[in-house]
Amino acid sequence: MSEAAPIKKGKGTIFLTLEVCKGCSYCIDFCPAHCLEFSREFNRKGYHYPVLSSPEDCTGCDLCGLYCPDFAIFGMRFKDIEQRRQAAAPEPLIPARG
Amino acid sequence: MSATELPVCEIENPVMPYLRQERLPHIWCPGCGIGTTVNCFTRALTDSGMDLDRVAIVSGIGCTGRVAGYMNLDSFHTTHGRAIPFATGLRLANPDLAKVVVYSGDGDLSAIGGNHLIHAARRNMDLMVVCVNNFTYGMTGGQVAPTTPIGATQTTMPYGNFENPFNLPFLADACGAVYVARWTVYHVKQLAKAMLEGLKKKGFVFIEAMAPCPTLYSRRNRLGDGVDQLKYYKEKSKVVNGADTKEVGLTFQGDITVGKFVDRDRPTWLEAMNEHYTHHFGDRYTPYGGSHAQD
Amino acid sequence: MHADPKGVLTGIHFIDGDHAACEGALAAGCRFVAGYPITPSTEVVERFAARIPLVGGMFIQLEDELASSIAIQGAAWAGKKVMTVTSGPGLSLMMEHVGYAAFTETPCVFVDVQRGGPSTGLPTLPAQADMMQVKWGSHGDYEPIALCPNSPQECFDLMIKAFNLAETYRVPVFFMMDEVVGHMTERVVIPEASQIEVVERKWTTKKPGEYRPYETDESLVPEMVKAGDGYRIHITGLTHDERGYPAMTAPAQDKLVKRLVNKIRANADKIVDIREDGVAGADVVVVSFGITSRVAGAAVEAARAAGLKVGHLRLVITWPFPAKRIRELAATVKAFVVPELNMGQMALEVERAAAGRVPVLTLPHAGGTVHEPAAILAKIKEAAQ
Repeated sequence: MSEAAPIKKGKGTIFLTLEVCKGCSYCIDFCPAHCLEFSREFNRKGYHYPVLSSPEDCTGCDLCGLYCPDFAIFGMRFKDIEQRRQAAAPEPLIPARG
Repeated sequence: MSATELPVCEIENPVMPYLRQERLPHIWCPGCGIGTTVNCFTRALTDSGMDLDRVAIVSGIGCTGRVAGYMNLDSFHTTHGRAIPFATGLRLANPDLAKVVVYSGDGDLSAIGGNHLIHAARRNMDLMVVCVNNFTYGMTGGQVAPTTPIGATQTTMPYGNFENPFNLPFLADACGAVYVARWTVYHVKQLAKAMLEGLKKKGFVFIEAMAPCPTLYSRRNRLGDGVDQLKYYKEKSKVVNGADTKEVGLTFQGDITVGKFVDRDRPTWLEAMNEHYTHHFGDRYTPYGGSHAQD
Repeated sequence: MHADPKGVLTGIHFIDGDHAACEGALAAGCRFVAGYPITPSTEVVERFAARIPLVGGMFIQLEDELASSIAIQGAAWAGKKVMTVTSGPGLSLMMEHVGYAAFTETPCVFVDVQRGGPSTGLPTLPAQADMMQVKWGSHGDYEPIALCPNSPQECFDLMIKAFNLAETYRVPVFFMMDEVVGHMTERVVIPEASQIEVVERKWTTKKPGEYRPYETDESLVPEMVKAGDGYRIHITGLTHDERGYPAMTAPAQDKLVKRLVNKIRANADKIVDIREDGVAGADVVVVSFGITSRVAGAAVEAARAAGLKVGHLRLVITWPFPAKRIRELAATVKAFVVPELNMGQMALEVERAAAGRVPVLTLPHAGGTVHEPAAILAKIKEAAQ
């Protein structure tokens, strides 16, 4: 279950599976763009999870993904996201009659 | 009306196809470094271009030993300390497997498994060994391990460890491993690269990956959270490729030498066997394993 | 299916039990052996090491018995028929991995050429004191199979059966030789490969995705695959479900352990192998196995010559134990006599099956040599009163 953060500034963005995050802070502390911070909210397990503090700085480098011990967060460049979306596009629907 | 609406696309974490997703979430603690090493490993698998149907992973017992259970490869969770001989049997019985990786912890590999480690290195068995070193026996509650630095407190050294620890890269080097490296889970890019080199390397590969155990090693020694250990790794590590492994021993919260220390070539056990028997028997001998090619 | 001729040394040989056992393994299709030297078993692997390069297979002498007993299981999961060879002290070291083989249902053969024990004991002299160990030696509940040859010829013939049973039931199978059977030299006839029936592993026909490593039908034996074929299996020594994934709950434990134990218990009638001689209508039945059966045979003949009605029941397979037959006989005989080179091991099983209906006389022997036929004869006479 991914939740997208589709803010179209910067070169990329992060995806986070909220409920799997254990608030370890690896991604926040080692993001080279320093664009992550802890959320105010808790997930269901009671952990604060990372949110983009400055989305325009995210390059989608995926260093956060490489660090994340829980496979919760990963980053992707917008052009790669676009590529994946197009690859997954279904056939055009036949228009409904009438 | 035209109805070519693109649906919202579920972008999957690129690591997911490598994992047995029905078994997630995993059992590792918040801030445990094992999951990070798994990311590096999957990155290395992708970059290697290997046929993943023919890559097998063998683990022992312990927290790191649970890695096999989460990997979407032919995976074997064996007995404590005996991942290396199991992997030896697997490897020798099917030389067409692209790679056999042993993924286990410092206690499993160097204590109960120590004998098998030194012999497999001596023989130059074609195995890649990833040793996640968190300086403790995590699964059983944080007992002293052969890698625990002097002065660290663990449950079976309740007044501080007074026992001299192993210098694992030195041990592997001395026994004849052809590739020896140490990185920490702070050095994710380098660790992934080392694993990639290890996958491609023929012979006995030993990669030590230092990782935090926040729940036990760090907590008992008041070292903060996992991220505090990563900050320690960042601050105190020095990259010395080609370092003399004799000099890379570790002390409690002291300097850490990381890097690729050994990268040499010598015939694997199987290559030596085939060459020897071909020499001895001539045409009567069919080399074992036929096209034992690594791709 | 027939044996692979590459491993069959057809002909008439004059070899000892250790050597014959090696030939039996090769004929059965064994192509991977990992072992460690230990008297009086070493010749089995020495011969294998010499033969295997030209047969096409693998032998490796590993650093200890712990490595050997698990390396063969790695090789089994790579698709090979496998064996390791040892004696008492080595068998003790292998016990954890016997349990691993039983729990993961890895087909493998463990050869134990028994010698005097406990501990270092008498490395070069016989005993039969590991019989209970192979049944109960590893922790937890499991049911192994154990065969007991009494001649070099049987070391060849029964070895093929041992491999066939390992593949049929996916259990660790023990080949219980002893130092005398291992080192006695006799005529061994090895037939043509076409006359040797070997059981192929129960490979699955299901595709990856459909296949579940521990799903079974009424046979209680799951189909097997090997690493590298795209099945992406997970095998663990933890209690597991049909997918092979750890399932550490009491219900999962109940389901798995009961199936594994019933796999053998429910098929015991098919597996049990006893050879009877003059048992019907006998007053005294001598129950023996291995080298002691050769001595007992002489004693039984002498007893019959003296006019006694004595039967001889030889255990070719000791585990599963033929309790049913012993129970039947307990209704008609006056007594059992159980000579064995130990202080009373299989005798306990005879007692258990006889359930107190008739006396079970034993000849405790600490090992080091075989019984005298006269001693067994005297015990038979005692039993006949």
